Amino acid sequence: MTDLHLWLIPLVPFAGFLVNGLLCRKAPKPVVTAVAMIGSLIPLLQVSAIVTRFGSLTLPYTESVGTWISSGAFHANFAFQLDQLTLVMLCVVTGVGFLIHVYSIGYMGEEDGYWRFFAYMNLFLFFMLTLVLAQNFLLMFVGWEGVGLASYLLIGFYYTRDSAANAGKKAFIVNRIGDFGFLLAMFLLVEHFGTLSFDKVFSQIALHPAWQGGFLTAIALFLVLGATGKSAQIPLYIWLPDAMEGPTPVSALIHAATMVTAGVYMIARTHVIFDRSPLALMVVAVIGTATAFVAATIGMAQTDIKRVLAYSTVSQLGYMFLGCGVAAYSAGIFHLVTHAFFKALLFLAAGSVIHALSGEQDMRVMGGLRTKIPVTFWVMTAAVFAISGAPPLAGFVSKDAILYQAFISPNPAGRILWAIGLLTAGLTAFYMFRLWYMTFFGESRAAEALEDRGAAVHARHDTKLVLEADPESAHGGHTGSAHAAHGVHESPKVMLVPMAILAVLCVIGGAMGWPEGLGGTNWFSHFLAPAVTSVHLPYEQANIALATGAMHVNPNQAPAGSKQLELLLACISVLVAFSGWAVAHLMYYAKPELPGRLAARLRGLYALIANKYWVDEIYGALVVAPVLFIARWVLSALIDRGVIDGGTLAAGYSAQGFGALVARIQSGNIRSYAGWLALFAALLLVAAYFGWTAQFGLR
Amino acid sequence: MVPIAWYLILSAILFSIGVAAFLIKRNIITVFMSIELMLNAVNLTFVAFAQQWRQVSGQIFVFFVMVVAAAEAAVGLAIIIAVFRARNTLNVDQIDLMKL
Repeated sequence: MTDLHLWLIPLVPFAGFLVNGLLCRKAPKPVVTAVAMIGSLIPLLQVSAIVTRFGSLTLPYTESVGTWISSGAFHANFAFQLDQLTLVMLCVVTGVGFLIHVYSIGYMGEEDGYWRFFAYMNLFLFFMLTLVLAQNFLLMFVGWEGVGLASYLLIGFYYTRDSAANAGKKAFIVNRIGDFGFLLAMFLLVEHFGTLSFDKVFSQIALHPAWQGGFLTAIALFLVLGATGKSAQIPLYIWLPDAMEGPTPVSALIHAATMVTAGVYMIARTHVIFDRSPLALMVVAVIGTATAFVAATIGMAQTDIKRVLAYSTVSQLGYMFLGCGVAAYSAGIFHLVTHAFFKALLFLAAGSVIHALSGEQDMRVMGGLRTKIPVTFWVMTAAVFAISGAPPLAGFVSKDAILYQAFISPNPAGRILWAIGLLTAGLTAFYMFRLWYMTFFGESRAAEALEDRGAAVHARHDTKLVLEADPESAHGGHTGSAHAAHGVHESPKVMLVPMAILAVLCVIGGAMGWPEGLGGTNWFSHFLAPAVTSVHLPYEQANIALATGAMHVNPNQAPAGSKQLELLLACISVLVAFSGWAVAHLMYYAKPELPGRLAARLRGLYALIANKYWVDEIYGALVVAPVLFIARWVLSALIDRGVIDGGTLAAGYSAQGFGALVARIQSGNIRSYAGWLALFAALLLVAAYFGWTAQFGLR
Repeated sequence: MVPIAWYLILSAILFSIGVAAFLIKRNIITVFMSIELMLNAVNLTFVAFAQQWRQVSGQIFVFFVMVVAAAEAAVGLAIIIAVFRARNTLNVDQIDLMKL
């Protein structure tokens, strides 16, 4: 039983990180590539080996490779755990991770810091695998912080660019706010359970059916705070769009497929706690739905291709939260998996487009690329249809599962959540097809857009060179001139093959969880059920729980749904998705002049979403400015320079001054010495007579 | 019998004259003599209290003071001669090499 060697799965990428990061600075690129590929391929092979023998394992399988902390009654081990949920995450992380590593060989081939990039990527894999394999909260937290670190390093990969460095900092700091919630949750867990091990916490909860809400709600809400930070949900989603400053493969791997789903994974992993707290579940569902809707609306008006995808990611993560929030964890995780396929593919294809245009990211200057980069076009098409929810692609199945579960959930707001989710699905289809049309259809707008910008630049500076220094045209690291239409080229095979594989997964991935309402078996949900379903309470204990007045919603009771209902809802969402497509077709293909007119007519609304609801500005005024003010004027100027520096300086100067003062007594004049002596002797006499005798009672 | 207060007053007067002379006079030999005056004022106090309390220790202490004063006079005068040879002056205000 103990021969799975789970610990090797994260350790191999870590070794790759060490070799590449410490030794390969000057090494030739093939060596760096080989090390990085080994670091990402071996975990994939090992996970594949585990998959083949998964049926014969007794689950959950755990292995401990050593004691980490042992303090009194508290223990934390380097312990790893394998169950269905872990396996799904392992497959996603290693599979998508490996494909993106391969893609990066082509994408990053011409970049400086090639070794650094792959070292960070392997480091990320190490932490992400630690996160999903961890058997206790503390080890999970190590991975949780670690992926944040890797994310920071990779967002700021082009560290010479100010915007990239700032985006990295923003991501890290916003994540820290969430991590703070995770930490508080862990403190509460230690307080109430005395352990951080998953199985011990969960079995204790299972033993106490009377525990409803209360401290479990507190723990769950702190965990949600952590999840909103990592998974870019309201109110902490603002870092993810800025994270697009990193290289595109990073956006695909970290900020779409894996790291940002850590929050969803964490909620599913700790679902036992959430199941006892209807309030926390409600919060998760509402946050998820709100985020899905808000991010989708923002995504409609973005012009940077990667930013559209970033807001789309935030929005899709909101769907996953909605799934978890209505206690349909398997639906949430299923969407996580399919989202990893199609969003990773979308980013890789966007990277391929950017690559083809030598660094151009603005969709307004794209267009007409369909015939120039056909492979990219076709894989992008697969992904766009998948995310928009066109049957029978993967996104349709998983999104529908979440919406169906929201509709039938016992959550009192379930129908409202479903309606907003449905509306969001329409928006999703709209902005994805908008991206599709703007990038691949119509005439190439590169020339005229350049002319416009060039003219403006001419007017101001009377030189063409400024254009090349225009920051907007040099995003994504593929610096170079924005002469997009010239030399448009399809990406090399090393980039196309991973995209093709992901495209196939986008198309067939839905089969894993094909809903029963449409004649499937929903295999995925049944597979995952043991890991994400709470132990049913014995009848008496449940009654006790009810008798003690605890609010009791058993999310495990089979929700009242039917196959006809499922089919009906699926039809509705398909209809909504296609109407989103139709609107996009009308606005960006049939009548390209329409968007401008519409934006002019609805200027206020357009400005609202184009400026992202000014959330960054609001946070800047409400949070960042006060923090900076306190840091600059209270902590730095007053406390640091005033009190601490001032205090030490004052001590020094006063000693010096006092010394200078008393030094004057040593005049060398014997009579002045004698005078001082006589004076103080006289003072002593007086003091002795009046003060001391009274004080010490010597009389 | 003379009350002890008289002795003490006399002693205080002598001591004060010694202190005043020490502070005022510049000739180092006069300063030296004022120290002797202060020592003898203290000696007078010792003897007076010895008489008062019928204890001989005060008297004995006076002998010690006298011995020390004699030794001090010998050493002090030697120093004064050495200083005079070096500086050719007996004015204490000019003997101030050890100031800061």
